[in-house]
Amino acid sequence: MHVPDGFLDAPTSVATGVVAATAVAVALRGARRELDDRTAPLAGLVATFVFAAQMINFPVGAGTSGHLMGGALAAVLVGPWTAVLCVSVVLTVQALLMADGGITAIGTNITLIGIVTVAVGWSVFVLLRRLLPKTLAVVAPAAAVAAFVSVPVAALVFTGLFAVGGNAPVDLGAVAAAMLGWHTVIGIGEAVVTGLVVASVVAARPDLVHGAAPLIAERELVTRKVDVS
Amino acid sequence: MTSRTSNRRIFAVALIVSLLVAGVASYYASAHPDGLEYVAEQTGFLDSAEDSAASDSPLADYQTEGVDDARISGGLAGVIGVVVMLVLSSGLFWAVRRREPADTDA
Repeated sequence: MHVPDGFLDAPTSVATGVVAATAVAVALRGARRELDDRTAPLAGLVATFVFAAQMINFPVGAGTSGHLMGGALAAVLVGPWTAVLCVSVVLTVQALLMADGGITAIGTNITLIGIVTVAVGWSVFVLLRRLLPKTLAVVAPAAAVAAFVSVPVAALVFTGLFAVGGNAPVDLGAVAAAMLGWHTVIGIGEAVVTGLVVASVVAARPDLVHGAAPLIAERELVTRKVDVS
Repeated sequence: MTSRTSNRRIFAVALIVSLLVAGVASYYASAHPDGLEYVAEQTGFLDSAEDSAASDSPLADYQTEGVDDARISGGLAGVIGVVVMLVLSSGLFWAVRRREPADTDA
């Protein structure tokens, strides 16, 4: 869903740029709490994997394709603040190096793919984790559902931005319906990839999965020396 | 603790998977327009898209300038992208991370 230059007018692009810059600034502070010597290298690899995975467009029928956005995936693996930074780095590299997504649209793309999918994905994931049994087995399915929901919501937010600052006079109802329909199907792909990747990491190293931390804390009681300072 | 995959091993696996996905599997990705592009075409606002100022980048559209073979051109662009991503994001997260206070017992 990389928005090219020209779809949205200048005021809307400036506004999303301000939103994106603010979110990245806040995320830089928030990520400090999520990252330590152990998880920082993993976060770099998660961002790198999201970049690679976004190169894989999968067909969703009628000559249309979709690819992973990765916001929910990154949020569950390395935490929501770090996830915003992961996807923001991906989108910036794509726009500057690969001409994928417009340069004046970087703020828009960070808002849609970096903020909306992370916020929605993480919220749905935390809600499910609260409702479901307190076991590691729920992490991957909850991440998959969160990923699924995040994609059509991002599509609707794009439609909202287009309603405010779209550069072409088109039927907004048709845009909304088509965006929601296609991105619900693309969301299934997002859910499958997210579920499989999260399941793999949970199987190998549940202690590295940010979203699994409260479940591990409840499962095993470990005595640790903690330096309170 | 039971046998756990070491940090080094899991990071190596993640990097190799990323390189294979970007460098090899990407060639087989669907070339169809993505959801947004398709909707833009169907509902009539695709023409409002403008060329990116980066469209003359040597890696524009995930193809390496000057490499004719599409498989190698795309694969190389993917691998370069993965390396750039790894350097930038690892550097960023290492700089942002929380420093543990020096703990001689740890």
